[in-house]
Amino acid sequence: MDSSFEGGFADPVLDAQTAFRAIMDALANPGTPRTLGENALSQAPLQAELVSTLLTLSDADTTIWLSASLRSAPVEAFIAFHTGAPLTRDPAKATFALVADVTELPALATFNLGTQEYPDRSTTIVLAVPALSGGDDLVLRGPGVKDHLHCSPKGLPEDFTAQWSDNREVFPRGIDLLLVAHGQVLGLPRSTRIGEGH
Amino acid sequence: MNAVASYNFAYLDEQTKRMIRRAILKAIAIPGYQVPFSSREMPMPYGWGTGGVQVTASIIGPDDVLKVIDQGADDTTNAVSIRAFFAKVAQVATTTHTADATIIQTRHRIPEKALGEGQILVYQVPIPEPLRFLEPRETETRKMHALEEYGLMHVKLYEDIARHGRIATTYAYPVKVEGRYVMDPSPTPKFDNPKMHMSAALQLFGAGREHRIYAVPPWTEVVSLDFEDHPFEIQHFEEPCALCGAEQVYLDEVILNDRGGHMYVCSDTDNCEERREAGHVGSLGVKEAAE
Repeated sequence: MDSSFEGGFADPVLDAQTAFRAIMDALANPGTPRTLGENALSQAPLQAELVSTLLTLSDADTTIWLSASLRSAPVEAFIAFHTGAPLTRDPAKATFALVADVTELPALATFNLGTQEYPDRSTTIVLAVPALSGGDDLVLRGPGVKDHLHCSPKGLPEDFTAQWSDNREVFPRGIDLLLVAHGQVLGLPRSTRIGEGH
Repeated sequence: MNAVASYNFAYLDEQTKRMIRRAILKAIAIPGYQVPFSSREMPMPYGWGTGGVQVTASIIGPDDVLKVIDQGADDTTNAVSIRAFFAKVAQVATTTHTADATIIQTRHRIPEKALGEGQILVYQVPIPEPLRFLEPRETETRKMHALEEYGLMHVKLYEDIARHGRIATTYAYPVKVEGRYVMDPSPTPKFDNPKMHMSAALQLFGAGREHRIYAVPPWTEVVSLDFEDHPFEIQHFEEPCALCGAEQVYLDEVILNDRGGHMYVCSDTDNCEERREAGHVGSLGVKEAAE
């Protein structure tokens, strides 16, 4: 039995709905972690949270970019069987980018930023991080944030705030970022402004 | 499992839901920008809220409590049939009480009661493009949004002032979201515009016939367009609701006879009922019979 057939949602309809609401709430309330539900199993080296996001949002209409350690036959077979999504090696063509670790994340600007006419055609990056708290303190402002909010996800690129400010600069173009860890998702839509410290 | 074939949960097939869900996520990330989506045929005609229904169907889960209002009322045809539709295809609980609902689908009103965090307001939108009556070509309006070129909209409001001495637009009053996109708040009376500003609730807009979804996340700046010397104003009513005596709410005029008799009543039926239950009585109201 090929293991790539296993590991989809047990209830594809309601499990996807639960995970989607978590992702939607996370993007509508940047910086606030939401629970994805524990309905997806990890497909090593694909973390459970990446599986969950993948099964919830991708299908044959979405092009997927995989970070280096995920480019393996079992992962590709899993994605092909469960979603039918085409894969790409070109980050600028990705609808979704699944990134297993920050060391495999290229500069944010190498992904599809969308166009001024169609900013919605940009890449959504799903980055697995070690934890959604305990890292450097970030201060978030913008839509979805009442006044301001502190959050401190671990495992972001070292020059993250500079990269994010460049991403914010090209608004309405830009990538959207979902950070996942321990069954939770934290959203950073392109509209969010991030500063360091208080 | 049912032995008989039935519709998928919440009517739409999963691939359609995924497509709409992706559009909703991008809409939230770019507040006020209209995301194109592939609108489906629904078991109701365009103009009956197919956009709102598709958005609701894509977000709703078994634990949600749904409220549907049509011009503020829970008991008019459109509201009753959409509520019954979701009770049937998604087996969700429904309510008429604003505070109890997790999802409120609305046609052209925002409830009087302030919405809370975690609530989602889904608007049914007929024409999502605020510039459409000024510029019929989609290629042009898209470019205008891309270049943030909204001078034409101000000219339109200025022409109102030149002709009527004030901004005469009373519904679908254009707003600017987070200082970037000019957005049509759907044909809600401009009375409701201030409620969109820094709302605690997530606001999603679905236009089925026009194939567009857009969103305003919670705590987002929504500013009605105006001029320094002609600031934005909401409607004012000279008398309170005749049934519950409410002031500072949006009222409907009801014609009583053919001799000019009329009364003003709350457009938000739930708000009016709750006030009457709490003992408020208007000039034509009847005191609730004592138990």
